[in-house]
Amino acid sequence: MNFDKVTRGEKVPTLKLAVVQYAILALMLGLAAGLWRLQVLGAQNFKVLAEQNRIRKVPVLAPRGKLFDRENRLVVDNYPSVSCFLVREQNRNVDADLPQIARGLHLDLEQLRATLHRYRKSPGYQPIPIKEDLTADEHAFIEAHRNELPELETIEGERRLYPRDGFAAHLVGYVGEVSEEDLNQTRYAAYEPGDVVGKGGVEEMYDQVLRGQDGSRDVIVDSHGREVGFLGIQHAIPGQDLRLTIDNDLQKAAELALGDRNGAIVAMDPRNGEILAMVSRPSFDPNAFTVRIERTEWNKLITDPDHPLMNKAIQAQLAPGSTFKILMSVAGLQEGVAQDMHVNCAGGWGPYGYFHHCDEKHGAVDIHNAIPFSCDTFYYQLGDKLGIDRIAKYATEFGYGQKTGIDLPGEQAGLMPSQRWLTKNYHRRWYPDETLDVAIGQGAVAATPLQLARVIGGIASEGHLVRPHVVFPDQLPAEFRKDLYESLSGTGDVNLSINPENWTTITDGMAAVTQPGYFHTAGSAHLEGIDLAGKTGTAQVMSHQALDKTNKGHHTLPNVWFVGVVPRRNPELVVAVLWEHGEFSYYPARLGARVVAAYVEKQRRLAHNLMPVKAPTPPPVEVGAVWTTPNGAPNAKGETTAKLHAGKFFVGANGVVQPGSQNGQQANAKMGQAAMGRAAPQSSGNQTAKVAKPVQAAPQSAKLTSPALPGKGAAVKSQ
Amino acid sequence: MSPMRRIMSFRDFDWTLFGIVALLGTISVLEIYSATLHTKYLGFHTKQIYWIVGGVVMMFLFSLIDYHKLIDWVPWAYGVCLMALVAVKLVGVKVLGAKRWIKIGPMHFQPSEWVKLILILAVARYFANLGGKNLTWKEIFKAFALVGVPMLLVLSQPDMGTALTYTPVLIAGLFLGGINLKQALVLTTAGLVLVVGAWNSGKVLKPYQKARLTGFINPDNDPKGAGYQVLQAKIAVGAGGIWGKGAEKGTQTQGAFIPIPHADFIFAAFGEEHGFVGAVFVLLLYFLILMRLIQNAQTAADLPGSLIIMGVVAVLTFQIAVNVGMVIGFMPVTGIPLPLMSYGGSSVLFTFLALGVVMNVRMRRFVN
Repeated sequence: MNFDKVTRGEKVPTLKLAVVQYAILALMLGLAAGLWRLQVLGAQNFKVLAEQNRIRKVPVLAPRGKLFDRENRLVVDNYPSVSCFLVREQNRNVDADLPQIARGLHLDLEQLRATLHRYRKSPGYQPIPIKEDLTADEHAFIEAHRNELPELETIEGERRLYPRDGFAAHLVGYVGEVSEEDLNQTRYAAYEPGDVVGKGGVEEMYDQVLRGQDGSRDVIVDSHGREVGFLGIQHAIPGQDLRLTIDNDLQKAAELALGDRNGAIVAMDPRNGEILAMVSRPSFDPNAFTVRIERTEWNKLITDPDHPLMNKAIQAQLAPGSTFKILMSVAGLQEGVAQDMHVNCAGGWGPYGYFHHCDEKHGAVDIHNAIPFSCDTFYYQLGDKLGIDRIAKYATEFGYGQKTGIDLPGEQAGLMPSQRWLTKNYHRRWYPDETLDVAIGQGAVAATPLQLARVIGGIASEGHLVRPHVVFPDQLPAEFRKDLYESLSGTGDVNLSINPENWTTITDGMAAVTQPGYFHTAGSAHLEGIDLAGKTGTAQVMSHQALDKTNKGHHTLPNVWFVGVVPRRNPELVVAVLWEHGEFSYYPARLGARVVAAYVEKQRRLAHNLMPVKAPTPPPVEVGAVWTTPNGAPNAKGETTAKLHAGKFFVGANGVVQPGSQNGQQANAKMGQAAMGRAAPQSSGNQTAKVAKPVQAAPQSAKLTSPALPGKGAAVKSQ
Repeated sequence: MSPMRRIMSFRDFDWTLFGIVALLGTISVLEIYSATLHTKYLGFHTKQIYWIVGGVVMMFLFSLIDYHKLIDWVPWAYGVCLMALVAVKLVGVKVLGAKRWIKIGPMHFQPSEWVKLILILAVARYFANLGGKNLTWKEIFKAFALVGVPMLLVLSQPDMGTALTYTPVLIAGLFLGGINLKQALVLTTAGLVLVVGAWNSGKVLKPYQKARLTGFINPDNDPKGAGYQVLQAKIAVGAGGIWGKGAEKGTQTQGAFIPIPHADFIFAAFGEEHGFVGAVFVLLLYFLILMRLIQNAQTAADLPGSLIIMGVVAVLTFQIAVNVGMVIGFMPVTGIPLPLMSYGGSSVLFTFLALGVVMNVRMRRFVN
């Protein structure tokens, strides 16, 4: 049968089918255009979005640099710790889970909400740290709720471990989460919310060096946040360890000396500004901050009237009291005023109508006993003769009223009043009577313990003042060091020449302070065999009249000071002690003496350890030698001949060579030297060298064993 | 003797069409394998193979039953369908907040998928009986009722996506069945008014349905909510670039950022892993299938045959347009699968059955 295309009845018009075909073609082209737009034109953009979608950066926390003391003993360590992070990128609302999380991790729900709120603007893939230093049961809680609470993630890291009992707490500082206010400052520009930063002390100042750089693990996650693959790791760069200038032994001595008295102790090497110990009381436990500090604990710390977070060594600005008399003495002697002053102390002086008291009736006082007596009457008159402007000039030169430039945050400048200062701030004239108060370190004068250590250490070093520091600068990256020191406003290193005669007068006066003697203010701080010189200070918290009217309560007792140097001239150590409301100035002197004693004892011990047994001068060592001497001009073949010698020498203790018996040529000492140095054949050369070595080393070790305290009267010398 | 009862021969089977369909099925299986590799749906590609094999068998079986008989039976089938839809309403299994399934033994049936095929036949029958001449308003409204009743039942499940696929059947029927321009304009206007009114009344559509419908316009507004799927799909497709990331290497797909990457959003997964080139190739295959179907409609022996094929064309075109449009952000998320690509027994079976009917029509193009 032949079937052609048969048209039976009605059919769909071909035109309409063609319309449908074109419609479908148009539709397909439309879809293809859409694909083109996404996959060709928008590919780059979407690839980035896709990357962000699937790759999660899990932070690898960089261990913070450790802190060591000057002898490389560990001060601040790290310990492994697990932190809990909340990851928001899951397509789920975590708000409903918060109460459960708060319960399981022992968090305050409100605080947790606040934490999340703080991160509302940060990108979704950034995990939020919600709890650090998880305990075993908190860790177990997270593990047990992996399915219900997939947003919780744990990250292992390292936490700070500080010495216990607030040892060097103020100097070291503490770490904590960077605050929102900090983040707005330019110096924290590179930081992100949740970063742990140093706060206070070395931790803050050297944060950049200590913190290292966090790395990250790039992991592939699915939309539920589950890890399904691993792309790579950017290793964390650990922070740099720092060696502090403090000496743990001395720090410990200072901590123990101050005990629980409110105040501060600074011990510094005035030759180079290295801080050997720095204590402030009351102290705090920096470990409390490494895990987010409890609000109540924080409130307690900041509302404590004794300011436990304040580093009093650099932040307490108090009247220096009689310690100021050292500067007065420098000014008076340098100006040629004090040398010829002979004052009769009758218990005070009052040329301007108001009688200024002295503690005692010292009788005849001159510059030599004014310092050990701490005679106010003498300094009233000296101050009156000098006038405020000359006092202020010297005081400012020596660093009063200015920061020392120590590499610790929050240093205070103290205050040195002057005519100009008064006019500027109080718009009135300076009354000469006010100079009398300033002359004994009262009135408006205010100084920090560190300032006093620097000033008095500098005066004892013949006017060579140094910039104090707590971290050895040579270990710092050059760029960082430059920036750091530029950022520290301060007086830095200064050389002010003091007339040697005046220098001797003042240092001898300071030395007398700690000698037992009538009127000597710190006789009880005397250390037998140690050349401790110093100056005490008592700074009234209230005026004499006001004091008389009140009962002597705790906070009305005077602040007492002691600044000591050892030895008296070109000291190795200066110690400044502040005891708030300590009442009697010989108390801090005793505390200072304990620090000094600890220092000297250690130096002596070290000296002992290094000193070899004091043997009698070893007898000369007999040495055999073989050597040649050239035999004149080369022969016809161009060869030179040499004459071989052999002989004996005696090498003495200080390298002196004695000629011994010899066969062949005569040898003298000079020949012997030559034999040892150059012309000797190998075998004998080695031999001589072997013997010669200990002989040459002897003077070096002798140097090492010389007294650690080269100054006058140092007891070490007696060894 | 030969009352022209010609022996049916598979020589007249549309092997070209079958070849293209088989190619798409293969692509589908491979992409489902890749997309489910890291999900709990791993192994669905083998299930898909079973569905496809089952679908092919059904296609051959259906091609053997004369479509005229199917057209004769369709009123019964239509009635059964309505009952099934009502049954779903009463005893259906609730999945993800919607009652769409009936469980019979171990099998889950989704009657709304079958309704599509029944409607194609019913509409073809209806308009064929009218003979392709000009339609009266009464005839038009009857057609509306024919499609509208099951549509409303499905819409109330709620399953907006499937319900929407019924409309192209009606539109194709009206267009090819003889509606004139004036009627078309009136209906379009009325439809628009109705849609806008329904949208604003707030009673017809649930808020999440509205959100899904509008989410595609600006998915960035709510990237974790209604716009999430659209955004992730767009990111996937876009990230694929020209050549794609390669099979099993699509991070959006493997990372489960694309929702249901083996079913409704398989085109997104495919687009990510095979890029613009792969996606356009698939579109080309669809285009060839549709053109081949239209050619078959042209050569069909009679009006019902043509109308049946064009009904299939309408449904497939609609599904492709909406699904691909959804993936590339042109269309709202409606839950309409991509025919022959998306995983799913009902969808696969429907498509192959529909193709079986098309084959049926083609094989009888010379039969009186």
